[in-house]
Amino acid sequence: MTALLLTLLCATAVAVLRMRGLFAAVMLMGIFSFLGAGWMLLLDAPDVALTEAAVGAGISTILALATLALTTRKAKRPVRPSALPLAVVTITGAALLYGTLDMPRFGDPEAPASNYPQPSYVERTDHDIHIPNVVTAVLGSYRGYDTLGETVVIFTAGIAVLVLLRGSRKRRPAADGGEDAA
Amino acid sequence: MTDHTILRVVSKFVLPYVLLFALYVQFHGDYGPGGGFQAGVIFAAGFVLYGMIYGLTAVRRVAPERVIEILIAVGVLIFAGTGVLTMLLGGNFLEYGVLTPAYPASGQHYGILVVELGVGVTVAAVIIAIYSTFAGRGRQ
Repeated sequence: MTALLLTLLCATAVAVLRMRGLFAAVMLMGIFSFLGAGWMLLLDAPDVALTEAAVGAGISTILALATLALTTRKAKRPVRPSALPLAVVTITGAALLYGTLDMPRFGDPEAPASNYPQPSYVERTDHDIHIPNVVTAVLGSYRGYDTLGETVVIFTAGIAVLVLLRGSRKRRPAADGGEDAA
Repeated sequence: MTDHTILRVVSKFVLPYVLLFALYVQFHGDYGPGGGFQAGVIFAAGFVLYGMIYGLTAVRRVAPERVIEILIAVGVLIFAGTGVLTMLLGGNFLEYGVLTPAYPASGQHYGILVVELGVGVTVAAVIIAIYSTFAGRGRQ
């Protein structure tokens, strides 16, 4: 089942690359995200799968469609094939593959992720917090600082996007002067 | 999309369930998969669907830009405020156990629920705000 999903993922990725119609490419990217979500579900990560389905397949597709509505639906023909991008991608890919050689095998009980901390959050959650979903316990309580940081990142990103999108629309000289003074 | 009768009727049927499912994911995140982040995205998706079918003006009537902008900050304030509250109660930052000193596990549970609500509010507000500014760009 995993092999089938990964094959479909690769096939979708190649199809997106070869696609000239951007509308179909956006839809295929949505399918890619859904396949990714299904794969994460097979790996027993329903929380991540839910996020991937909602963000990757849902919101990203909507934003890409909104972009298409503002621009055009056809990709431009590449000016001329160049060897440089291919070389960059190949070298980066090879470096990433080389990096995975040092990683522990999938599901290895000796891996640091499985051994630290002792006793593990899986064993401690039931005693400390009394909730069955360990992921929520880790995100909300054991790693609460990190989640606060992530929320601040989303907050900052949202503000930044709003400033970028609205800044070009209306300029208020008074507000600009105030920012310079600050 | 004023003439797409089927889309309008079906989306009106589906919308309450999208929002309800978001609330379920939000407040059931401690028992099932999900949590504030996923719930916020699903909740915002409901607004995006409404905007796609009924137009941006309709969304801005339900969720005025001013309110959404404030909610972006409110979510972070809920999260950080919980941390400050636990400090005022004599614990560490985000040490929810001190919320109910007699039974710390239950305080942890309350703390997680409140904090996840903060995450959900910020995420939903950010996505609604980005969608609404993005979709509104073409018409200026």
